[in-house]
Amino acid sequence: MKGYVHSIETFGLVDGPGVRFIAFLAGCAMRCKYCHNPDTWAMSVGEQFEAEELVKRAQRYKSYWKNGGGITVSGGEPMLQTEFVTELFTLAKKAGIHTTLDTSAQPWNKDDEKYKKLLEVTDLVMLDIKEFESDAHKELTGHTNENIIEFAHYLSDIGKPMWIRHVLVPGVTGSDESLSKIKGLVDSLKTVEKIELLPYHSFGKQKWEKLGLDYSLKDVKPPSEEEVAHAKSILYL
Amino acid sequence: MVDFKQWEGFNGRIWKMEVNVRDFIQKNYTPYDGDESFLAEPTEATNKLWGKLQELQKEERAKGGVLDMDTDVVSTITSHAPGYIDESMKDLEAVVGLQTDKPLKRAFMPFGGIKMAMKACETNGYTPDPELGRIFTEYCRTHNQAVFDVYTPEMKKARHNKIITGLPDAYARGRIVGDYRRVALYGIDFLIEQKQKDMVACGETSMRDSVLRAREEVAMQLKALKDMKTMAASYGFDISQPAKNSKEAIQWLYFGYLAAIKTQNGAAMSVGRISTFLDIYFKRDIDAGIITEAQAQEMVDHFVMKLRMVKFARTPDYNQLFSGDPVWATLEVGGIGMDGRSMVTKTDYRFLHTLENMGPAPEPNLTVLYSSALPETFKKYASEISIRTSSVQYENDDVMKPVWGDDYSICCCVSATQTGKEIQFFGARANLAKCLLYAINGGRDAKTLEQVGPAYRPITSEYLDYDEVIEKYVAMMQWLAKLYVHTLNAIHYMHDKYYYEAAEMALIDTDLRRTFATGIAGFSHVVDSLSAIKYAKVKVIRDEETGVAKSFEIEGDFPKYGNDDDRADDIAIWLLETFVSLIKKHHTYRDAEPTTSILTITSNVVYGKATADMPNGRKAGAPLSPGANPAYGAEQNGLLASLNSVAKLPYHWALDGISNTQTISPEALGHTEEERTNNLVNILDGYFDQGAHHLNVNVFGKDKLLDAMEHPEKEEYANFTIRVSGYAVKFIDLTREQQLDVISRTCHESM
Repeated sequence: MKGYVHSIETFGLVDGPGVRFIAFLAGCAMRCKYCHNPDTWAMSVGEQFEAEELVKRAQRYKSYWKNGGGITVSGGEPMLQTEFVTELFTLAKKAGIHTTLDTSAQPWNKDDEKYKKLLEVTDLVMLDIKEFESDAHKELTGHTNENIIEFAHYLSDIGKPMWIRHVLVPGVTGSDESLSKIKGLVDSLKTVEKIELLPYHSFGKQKWEKLGLDYSLKDVKPPSEEEVAHAKSILYL
Repeated sequence: MVDFKQWEGFNGRIWKMEVNVRDFIQKNYTPYDGDESFLAEPTEATNKLWGKLQELQKEERAKGGVLDMDTDVVSTITSHAPGYIDESMKDLEAVVGLQTDKPLKRAFMPFGGIKMAMKACETNGYTPDPELGRIFTEYCRTHNQAVFDVYTPEMKKARHNKIITGLPDAYARGRIVGDYRRVALYGIDFLIEQKQKDMVACGETSMRDSVLRAREEVAMQLKALKDMKTMAASYGFDISQPAKNSKEAIQWLYFGYLAAIKTQNGAAMSVGRISTFLDIYFKRDIDAGIITEAQAQEMVDHFVMKLRMVKFARTPDYNQLFSGDPVWATLEVGGIGMDGRSMVTKTDYRFLHTLENMGPAPEPNLTVLYSSALPETFKKYASEISIRTSSVQYENDDVMKPVWGDDYSICCCVSATQTGKEIQFFGARANLAKCLLYAINGGRDAKTLEQVGPAYRPITSEYLDYDEVIEKYVAMMQWLAKLYVHTLNAIHYMHDKYYYEAAEMALIDTDLRRTFATGIAGFSHVVDSLSAIKYAKVKVIRDEETGVAKSFEIEGDFPKYGNDDDRADDIAIWLLETFVSLIKKHHTYRDAEPTTSILTITSNVVYGKATADMPNGRKAGAPLSPGANPAYGAEQNGLLASLNSVAKLPYHWALDGISNTQTISPEALGHTEEERTNNLVNILDGYFDQGAHHLNVNVFGKDKLLDAMEHPEKEEYANFTIRVSGYAVKFIDLTREQQLDVISRTCHESM
């Protein structure tokens, strides 16, 4: 089947293990204030791709994957095109390619079978925990997060490897209290391979302006090295 | 078979019966697959000398780029008294010898062209001795004069309109690498004996003009060899015998190179593949307890310091073409032997380590002969140095070795020649982007409006038709290829006659192979233009008065080279194959083997100025993309897609090289230093395993370039080195125009 692909990045070195072929899918329901890809929000931007065609494309980069690598699906929110991603990953697994799902899990619900099928062909989930407290999460993204926290526990329960990511935005996320809560969540999970604190950067600002959107973090500066180190000391230990 | 006592402990027989440095290396080198932990820090002497040299470089920059010039001495092997970095510290120099009597003083070299030699002085505020001007105008001819005497009106016109461009008719051709190792291994007397044997054999059966020319050339070589001894003696060394230890070996070798750079001011003056060779001497001395690691490193550091000091007097025209005062003192490390053993030695590490001991620098043009089969430790160390200094380039040993064997040198920026067995006739470039416009405009130049090419019927339709364009383009390329080869024949005939490289040739076999290196400029713009014509609609905007196509309007999307899209990449392959096969149809001077390249150095800026609007949307005057790089802004799927496109170009159709320069932001390469190093190795493995030829790797963000452009005075930018097409330059030495060009090129960042 066909999926909406916003863009392709063949040179992904920080989005999954090894060298990643990243498909940024179109469409996201969240409206995170710091989003650096607001151009991927709309559901039908970019180019339509057959899953098979995308796997074929990805395989052209096999020679770079000797020491690890594979396909990462990001977005947008890839779980908005779950059937497509499932087909893509199924084909990828048949071809022996490692699959990573970069998600914020907002669409996920436990009872929908399609998500189970997706996870069967997903080797690694990179889960973005934007906030631990649901109110704060709603304030930041426009959505509550009970199902996201539940998803994290679910991954842990079924033994699915995951990387937890959290974006540090000075004055918005990253209070000691909120970091400690995220840390508490991580500690309760059994399959976390890596925690990554991503310092906020303002590269997305131009994209907001280009789309005629109001960027509410205009005056926020990227965190200092000290702020990053402090946050890491809470989150990583 | 001779046997010198200096050879004690060395294995093998063949290299003792004939001049055969490769055989010596293969029989004696010790591969090293450990890590860099054995390396030594700079010695006090190194720090002192390098400190002094940096002061001199600062002074040189403050004086507008030239510290001092000769105005009344014609540079020969023996023309100058010995020179040192600093007279008071001369005993600290582990390797001695300067081009002139003072550091960074540029020699007067009139044989390539007296006009340029005079002009180089004058534009830098020096007054050349008028007597020299008279001698080289009235009494003897120079290369430049002779070439222009025989150029046809058509050649002059094509040159003037810059469709063939950057030609070595106003500067020395360079790219001829003497096997300087021979001086160390054999000593000059043995080399003289061998050349004398060649002289006797030459002309025994017939005495035609080619034989007479060969005899004259060998005679000049013999003189050069004798002069090398005299020059070395002035520094207190007798180089008639083989070097007996590593200190002598590196010094003897350097004297050979010094003879070359005292007599030739070629655009590229490579020192060649010397590291595995020298390692044999270092190892013998270290094993015998004669020297320590620190002393070995000191010799390498001081040798490299000398390579960083090579300077030539240049004209402003030349500097526009090759910006940043490069000399391409190219030096190779790595590679794998024909027998499958890695040729990486500890000395390969030592050469890379100079970039740590003395900081980044453009020279020598450090080249890693890469293969994914090299020891992992070495690949990682090279990557680490790359990431830290952006001063290293990579070339694929796996594709070069089948063609050139395992003892080739890189003779300029990226082209290979077998060391001591082969020379290359350098031929600059044909601007194929302009040629496409000539095809559309019936041979008229859209910039000058002159009728330069043959007056074939121009295209008159409103929209360009792919088949029609291709037919006309091939016809125009046919004309261009012929004219180009003929022009190069004239240049090299005269270069041999009036500016023969006696010093280098003395260290190369008398019976040698010659290649004839043509080149392509404007590659990606032609590919994208043809793709636009094929897959979108391209409307021609013609000048009402002249009817010449002035501009183009593109309707719709089209695939672009640099996205791993076969629709565009197949056009690229077609273009290369078509051009090289047209070149091969013509007789070349001395029956040299024709090759071609896709590399443009910094001259892409000058070439772009002379090129009008292109059907891919590139505007008149904008820089062409360098080498085989995709057009600016064309890459839409990230670095690896771009690399894959370039990797599709078959190296054996462009044996003179396919250069590719990429800039990666450190954040995109990984979060930690270790991640970055490993990732760069993965990229290099993946790229070169596909058969790609060359990659320049820069690791820095755009911010740094912008800051360096605005604040060149900052201490941190004094040695800030970047790789451009096929060589490295100090960023602050580029013109502002070129700096802007570098900044506008794609920097691969994370999304």
